Amino acid sequence: MTLTHILVFALVSLVVGWAVPSRWRGWVLLGASLLAVYWLQPSTPIRYLDFWFPTASILLTVITWAATRTPQAQPSRRGMVGAALVVGLILVVALLRYAGPACCLTPSRPPDIWRVLGVFAMAALLVAIPIRFPVSKRFLVPAIIFLILGLFIMLKSPAISRWASEWLRVSGGQSALLAAASDLPWLGFSYLAFRLLHVLRDYQGGKLPAYDFGEFVTYAIFYPSYTAGPIDRSQRFIGDLRSATPGKISEALKPVNDPARQEQFVQGGTRILVGLFKKFVVADGLALIALNSQNAVQVTSTLWMWVLLYAYALRIYFDFAGYTDIALGLARWVGIRLPENFDRPYLKQNLTAFWNSWHMTLAQWFRAYFFNPFTRYLRSRRLNIPTWVIIFIGQLSTMLLIGLWHGITWNYAAWGAWHGVGLFMHNRWSDWTRSRLSGIVERPQLRKVMAFGGWLLTFNYIALGWVFFALPSLELALDVFKSLFGI
Amino acid sequence: MNNVEDNTASNNRLRFAGRVILKALMLFLLLNFVFAIWYPLPTLAKFSAYNVLFPGRQRLPYGDNPSKAYNLSLYNLDAMFASHELAGRVKPDDEFRVLVIGDSASWGFLLEPDQTLAAYINDSRAMLPDGRRVRAYNLGYPVMSLTKDLLILERAMQYEPDMIVWPLTLESFPYDKQLFPPLLQNNLRAVRELIQTHDLSLDTKDANFEELSWWKRTIVGGRRQLADLLRLQLYGVLWAATGIDQDIPETYTLRQEDLEADRGFHNLQPPHLQASDLALEILSAGVRLAGDTPVLLVNEPMFISQGQNSDIRYNFYYPRWAYDDYRRIMSEESQRKNWQYLDLWNAVPGSEFTNSAVHMTPDGTRLYASQVLRAILDVAKSSPK
Repeated sequence: MTLTHILVFALVSLVVGWAVPSRWRGWVLLGASLLAVYWLQPSTPIRYLDFWFPTASILLTVITWAATRTPQAQPSRRGMVGAALVVGLILVVALLRYAGPACCLTPSRPPDIWRVLGVFAMAALLVAIPIRFPVSKRFLVPAIIFLILGLFIMLKSPAISRWASEWLRVSGGQSALLAAASDLPWLGFSYLAFRLLHVLRDYQGGKLPAYDFGEFVTYAIFYPSYTAGPIDRSQRFIGDLRSATPGKISEALKPVNDPARQEQFVQGGTRILVGLFKKFVVADGLALIALNSQNAVQVTSTLWMWVLLYAYALRIYFDFAGYTDIALGLARWVGIRLPENFDRPYLKQNLTAFWNSWHMTLAQWFRAYFFNPFTRYLRSRRLNIPTWVIIFIGQLSTMLLIGLWHGITWNYAAWGAWHGVGLFMHNRWSDWTRSRLSGIVERPQLRKVMAFGGWLLTFNYIALGWVFFALPSLELALDVFKSLFGI
Repeated sequence: MNNVEDNTASNNRLRFAGRVILKALMLFLLLNFVFAIWYPLPTLAKFSAYNVLFPGRQRLPYGDNPSKAYNLSLYNLDAMFASHELAGRVKPDDEFRVLVIGDSASWGFLLEPDQTLAAYINDSRAMLPDGRRVRAYNLGYPVMSLTKDLLILERAMQYEPDMIVWPLTLESFPYDKQLFPPLLQNNLRAVRELIQTHDLSLDTKDANFEELSWWKRTIVGGRRQLADLLRLQLYGVLWAATGIDQDIPETYTLRQEDLEADRGFHNLQPPHLQASDLALEILSAGVRLAGDTPVLLVNEPMFISQGQNSDIRYNFYYPRWAYDDYRRIMSEESQRKNWQYLDLWNAVPGSEFTNSAVHMTPDGTRLYASQVLRAILDVAKSSPK
């Protein structure tokens, strides 16, 4: 999100939160989110892809809704209006191709309308199948999960991305010679995928309540959190959405000086300002001096290498936390409390506490949908696997997956493994010290020293892990490690 | 009852929020107003992390690719000098301080900081008979204009130089070149003072000059200058960490060997260049400004083409007639005004030039430096301590 995006979103949120009657807010939020998905999408060198990516995001959301629709849900007028709004707005975006100077919301001209209608027809068929034949959901839900995972692997794996780019270029009549992995910048897909996977898994587990069509689409592509999270749970988000859009005349006519609205305005505004400062002042300033693949090979001394590494560690935190603050503030203005994503992670005294306070919604997602079921599975097999092995396998595999979520490359895998091993070591250390160091509680000075030591060790362990994250190759990362330790 | 309390609390909050917004707005306006009146940028520019947290730069900040060069072009002379190593050194008693000004050949385009004219002079570890060690500082700036050199010289004089080395090339002399550099256009007051003090035939109302309007004096209007100051400090970290201050490409297009059959030089045509065509008065002003400090004027080496139309032109910049006349004029003027003048126009072989007729390779620069150093020693020996 650029400053322009944030400014426009802030205006939209202000209008929605203060001027739009609450019973209309849901529709306005849905419309704004739909348009934002197109507006935020960066340009791609492959023809029309900057229209098809946002469209695919929306269609994937719609198909997921259809596939996870509870049997009790009946077609409603609201649902029909929501569907009409989605189709109508996508058509408007597509028709901007013919709008001359008003073209376009997307970075380049959308494809011709007949192609768009053709894709709509196919999508309608896919949506109709689970609605018309509920039994098909048994196959359709796993199929969508595999589709999302497949797309994820394709987008995050440089080799497959390049191959896909070649194929798309050739299909569109472009030369395959210029194909590159960076040709497929599907904005927001990482977060959308995790929201949809959560819904699909909760549906399979029978934990999904009935959702209105519009509510569901708004949840999946909600504009403040579309690009950088947090990854909210649908149950919580839609509960908030319903409170913010009660649809009753009495609620809709609440006075402007309603204390709750003022509170949300002040809280939201504060978060946005703090977020802007974190992102555009602190993080962007630190970005000038943060470790990267260019300066990593140019640094001439150990001390300065540490400075650049710390700059990177702080930069990545302020960047991400800044965007999260902005998202939370924008959402707060429209009456929705998105979950917190950071809780002073660099001040934690151990790695477990760090992962409970860094990108919290992602960590919670993996805990809920991978770590817990996986370790339960390992325990339930009666393979007589020692507990410490289960913990090791569980933590290492979870962190590897979190690493690979950022990109399927060796450096992200190494970053994940670094944290997996770190979490395991902390787990063992905690176990070992629990009884042995219990006397520390009575010695405040020693407790302070231990706390400081824990923080120092944890922060530096995390900072060293960023070496893998910041640099594109393991060789370079190892060179930097050598430099950091004067080898 | 609850409703009444709620409404009262709510009204209080609204009033409170209104007061906060109003006060914030007033404070913001007041800050801008005070900033515009006081205009602390020149003062702020003197506070530099260079020479304190990290070493000073070996040459003045310049660069149009900051993310690769860890350097940037800015127009705040105070900040530029504050970032230079010169600002961080108290002059030792045993130092014979030589300030090298001039254009991109002095600054060291496509050269690393330790491959410049000043750096090679220092490499020689030359000593004067009185025991002082020759220490050169690079104050070149990659723009061809004698007025720009004069502006830098004027600032540099506060650093107690024992000698000024002023490399020159004909391209810096035409009057139409004098006021075009943005560094001058953004230092209007200083340039006007120079023009008036030295009675130079330059237009103080040049259309390109950036007037410092009231708006530009505010924080909002001057945010670019403030950001540049901050970025200069931040890039100091990478300068210290890497020693890099220029993005030097691995390959570049070599200086032009085959030339156009063009006899023109700026708006002048053969047969003869007149002394009045050249801004020689700026050289006089520079020598005057240096006072007792000797100034060594050096006609810097240039590439001499052997290619097509080389009978008409020496290189991309100069037709033969104009350059020959320039050398003659400089020689005559130096004798007449008793200037220390060293003509090194052909001192470096053509193979030692890089992407332009005045940019030299490290070897070419070393050769050039050895000859300049010889002249420095000669001039120093004949000058009073």
